[in-house]
This record gives sequence, structure tokens and C-alpha cells, in this order.
Amino acid sequence: MATLALPRRGPFASTIVRHLTVAVVGGLVLLLLTSSVNAYRDFQIANVGYYVVAVAGLTVLTGLNGQISLGHGALMMVGAYTAALILDRDNPPPLVVVLVLCVVVTAVVGAIVGAAAARLRGPYLAGATLAFAVGLPGLTSHYAGTFGGDNGLSVFTSPPPASLGVDFPSERWQAWITLAAALVTLVLLANLASSRVGRSFRAVRDDEVSAELAGIHVARTQVLAFVVSAACAGLAGGLLAVVSGQATPGAFSVALSLAILAGAVLGGLGSLAGAVYGAVALVALPAISSNASERFDFGTDVKSNMPLLVYGALLVIVMLVAPQGLQGGVRRLAGLLRGRSPAQPARNESVTEVSVTEPEG
Amino acid sequence: MSRFLSVTLSGLAGGMIYAAVALSLVLIWRATRVLNFAQGAMAMFTTYLAYYVLDHDGSYWLAFAVALLSGLLLGAFVERVLVRPVESGPHLNAVVVTLGIFIFLQGLAGLLFGGRFRSFPTTFSNKNYNVGDVSTLSPFEIFVISSVGLVAVLLFALFQYTDVGLRMRAAAFEGEIARMLGVRVGQMLTLGWALAAVAGSLAGILVAPSVFLHPNNMDGVFVFGFTAAVIGGLDSPVGAIIGGLGIGVLLSYVASYAGGDLQTLAALGVLVFILMVKPSGLFSSTATRRV
Repeated sequence: MATLALPRRGPFASTIVRHLTVAVVGGLVLLLLTSSVNAYRDFQIANVGYYVVAVAGLTVLTGLNGQISLGHGALMMVGAYTAALILDRDNPPPLVVVLVLCVVVTAVVGAIVGAAAARLRGPYLAGATLAFAVGLPGLTSHYAGTFGGDNGLSVFTSPPPASLGVDFPSERWQAWITLAAALVTLVLLANLASSRVGRSFRAVRDDEVSAELAGIHVARTQVLAFVVSAACAGLAGGLLAVVSGQATPGAFSVALSLAILAGAVLGGLGSLAGAVYGAVALVALPAISSNASERFDFGTDVKSNMPLLVYGALLVIVMLVAPQGLQGGVRRLAGLLRGRSPAQPARNESVTEVSVTEPEG
Repeated sequence: MSRFLSVTLSGLAGGMIYAAVALSLVLIWRATRVLNFAQGAMAMFTTYLAYYVLDHDGSYWLAFAVALLSGLLLGAFVERVLVRPVESGPHLNAVVVTLGIFIFLQGLAGLLFGGRFRSFPTTFSNKNYNVGDVSTLSPFEIFVISSVGLVAVLLFALFQYTDVGLRMRAAAFEGEIARMLGVRVGQMLTLGWALAAVAGSLAGILVAPSVFLHPNNMDGVFVFGFTAAVIGGLDSPVGAIIGGLGIGVLLSYVASYAGGDLQTLAALGVLVFILMVKPSGLFSSTATRRV
């Protein structure tokens, strides 16, 4: 609302300039950060990078468009296996091309799922995408010749370029790859969200009938949102395969889909900044759990299951206590600092208002 | 031909288990318009409790009773404490809460009982009776069919012929009016969830011998039960049972003629087909609903 009342002036009036500035500054900070930490931290940062891509994709679908998906783990699996199969060839194309192909293949799968999803609402959509997430790993054991069964496929990646020096840690190189992908994704999604397309996403979320009256093609908008979201999941999956060096069905369980959802909900559905907090939490929580388990000697059962327990508790608690997530708290705090009433809900920001007057007589 | 017959029969027995899951989803949907995504995980957890009893030299029947009773308590707790606050809010919030319970229970089961696959014993033989050259049902499968059938009949009788059942139906159908007439609507909804969870726990303990016990082992069963419930229209108990039997037979064919790994994708195909062609399900009583 505030942006409508007070139009910005100067170079920052352009949305894309604003987003690119934030991305460049963020990129420089991350460059310094990755260069000053050890290899293990760089590996963790690399993991944060692909989680940001996945969570941001889901938060656009669920938060901006109102469609829930429990199938994003399976869509990541499509991306990861695409990367593994392409990189397995004798003369693999450069990594950028591989990742673009991951995005394309997963977007196509997402278009198919999305076309079915556009006719489904709420719990039905959640159930259908859950069936997708539970069912898809079955394909890897059915076609074990192609997909390597339960052991999955190895992913061969090239070492860091020689120009960076012989001792350049490969973890740092991987962190750069995933962070670059995450920044590109965030800039693209941020522009999308503040564009005409983003407004139509929100209009469909808030009221399908009004959106339709305003000339928005509801089903097409929903499929588009699903495709965008699936493309992000595909990129995240491809990056995951590159970072972990393998693509196995066990890595893409229902738990992964729910973890991504937990990241999006924790950060605040629909918020890209929230997606970043959520992704950091998805890497930090298992690390904390594994540290604690080692310190107190809890054993592997506790170590591997504690994160699930925490994700579950987070999903329930955030929904019961603060449905707007962390970013909702940040917004409220910022509002208080600026002396504005915190009561104004964040989601009304730029909803197109449509008033319908019925003809009289 | 004889193989076809025995595949069909074992499909019917498996279908009764999916029918029990579907029944629990339908009861909860009718009562609160919430789809309980945690139902599979709740059943998994109560089956682990039954396993714990068996492992400590309890009898099968004691374990059976523990599973059903803990299901009752867990269902009541989940509704009253966790779902009640989001029941009237946006659909998405309730879905997310049940998903949170789902993953929480999976983590808790893995944490308490470990991630190993465990075989779950039964008191009944798994050896099929032969009629001529057709291998038919095993005593265990007969037990499965009769116990789910009994629970379904009991639930039907409760809803149709008792005072509590009438109050529960009133609370689910028109909460505000029922409240004016003196029905404790909140209690009735909690009771509905509790009874539904018993049906789910029954499915868990019955399916455990054939899928092995594991924190994830109910994921597929939940999907099949959900598909069965959607076939039935999500608010018809009879439809849930017929849907369960149908999906059970179909999955049995898929498993023996195409491959067991494809069962869930086959269920997904059925689910999408039903939702595309007849979104209100085959047995729904309401005329139109937005899916």
C-alpha cells in the first residue's frame, strides 16, 4: 500500500535495478563469507544454496498462488536424475547447460502435474501431490537398469577451474555454484512477484471469481505458477546432485518434500526473504541435531530423526502461533520501528482490488 | 485363470485395509472438513506401540487392544489440542498442521524405535486355503476382512442407532444449530476424530505383517486409503469401503502383472482420473463441491 501512495524516485524506482542491487551486494558479501570459512562451512553453504532455490520455488506457489505441493521432493528428484544422466555421458556439456536442462525437464514434468493440479483445490491437491512424492521413487527400482535402483546414480562433476589455483577447495567452488544459482533464482522470482504475472498469481489466490472477472485466466495462471515452481525444484535437484555427488531415491523421500514445506512455512509463506531464513534453518537444524547427538552420545537413531521431529513441531507451532512465519515477525518489527500500526496484515500489500457492481433494473 | 482368482481375492483382503484408512479419513472429513494427513503416521505410531507390547512378551490380543486404545487417545488429543485452533481458519493451515503431525510422528517413531525394518507377527497363519487348484484366502486375510467389516458395522450402528451417534451427526452437519439444541459440539468432534483414529490404527496393525514395520511404511498405505476415500467422494463411508475394495483389487493386479514398485503411481493415476472425471466421487451425497 505504501509503495502505491509514495512512488519512488531516482534509479531505485525501477524494480529490476533495486533487485539487482540487492543481489550484487548480497553476492559480494557471500563471496567474502565463503572465502573466509573452512571447507565444511562451505559445504553447508552450498547446501543452503540449493535449499534456497527449492524453498523459494515452493513459497511462490503456496504463498503467492495458494496451491500447496507435497511433490517438490519428487520434482527435485527429476532434476537430480536429469543431471546425473547427462553428466554420465562421455563428453558432458558445461554445468550451466546441464542445470538449464534440469530446469527444462522438470518444468515439463511440472506442467503435466500442474495441468492436473489446476483442477484440484486444497486437500485434494495436497493428496495428489503426496501420491506423486510417494510414488515417483518407485520408478527408480522398476527401471533399475536406467536409474540404478536403490543405490541410485553417481554424479560426476568437474573440479574447480585451474585459474582459481591448485589448492582451491572444491566445496567453495560448489558453494559459489549453488549461491550463484540461488541469487539468479531470487532475482527472477522477485521480479516475477512484483510483475503483472505476480499480481495475477495473488489475485487468483485471494479470490478466483474476482480474478476471472478481472480478465485473468485462472487455470492458466495456476499451471504457470506450478511450472515456475517446478522449474525451481528442478534446478535445486540438479544442484543437490552436483553437491552430493549422487542421485539416490532415498534422498528424495516424502520427508524432503515436507522439509521444504517446513522451510517455506517457517520463513513465512510467500516471502522470498523468508525462503532464505527457511533454507538456512533446513541446513542448520540437522547440523545442530548431529552436534548435540555426538556430544551427548545419543546414537544414530536420534541423530537422523531429530530434524524430522523439529520440522514437524515447527510446522504445527508456526501455524498455531504465527502463521506469517519469521518474515511476518520481521515485517511487524519494521512496521513498529517506522511507527506504523502493526495490525495491517502483510498479505494485503498489493492485491488487485476488484469491485463488481451489479447492473440495476 | 486360477492365478487371476487368487490375485483378486488377496486384493480384496488388502482392499479392506485401505477401506479402514479411507473410513477414518471420511469420518474426520465429515466431522470437521479437515483432511487428516497425519492418519497414516498415527496408525504407524500406534502399530509401533503394539510391536513394543509384543516384543515384551505381551500377547497378540493385548497388543491389538493397545494399538486401538492408543489410536483412540491419540486421535482425541490431536483434534482437541492441535487441530481445533486451526479448524475454522483457512484450509491450508489445517493441512499444514496435520502434515506437521505426520512428520513429527515419523521422526518420533524413528527416534524411539529405530529405522530398521521389523517383521510384525500375527497369531494367524499366512498359508492360503486351496479350493480345487485355486489358492484362496489365508486365515490372516479372513481375519483382516472380518475385523474391518466388524468395525465398519459397529461404526454404522453407532452413528445410525444411538443417541451419541445422532448428536455426532448433528454436530458435523450443522454445528451452530446442534449447539443451540444442547449438543456439546466440541466433544462430539473430538469423539469423531478418536473413533476415526481407531479405524486407522486397525489398518496399521493389520497391514504391518505384509509391509514390515518402518517409520515410512504407512506412506503408501495412506495414499491408497486417500485414493479410496476420493473414489467414494470423501464423505460417504459406504463409498470409502467400496473404494477401498476397488483400489485393493486394482493394486493387486498391478503388483502381480506389472510390478509392485508401480502401485503408488497406479493409485495416483486413479486419483487424478477420478478427480478429473467425477470430482465429487462415485458415492457422494452432496451435489456439487469445489474440489
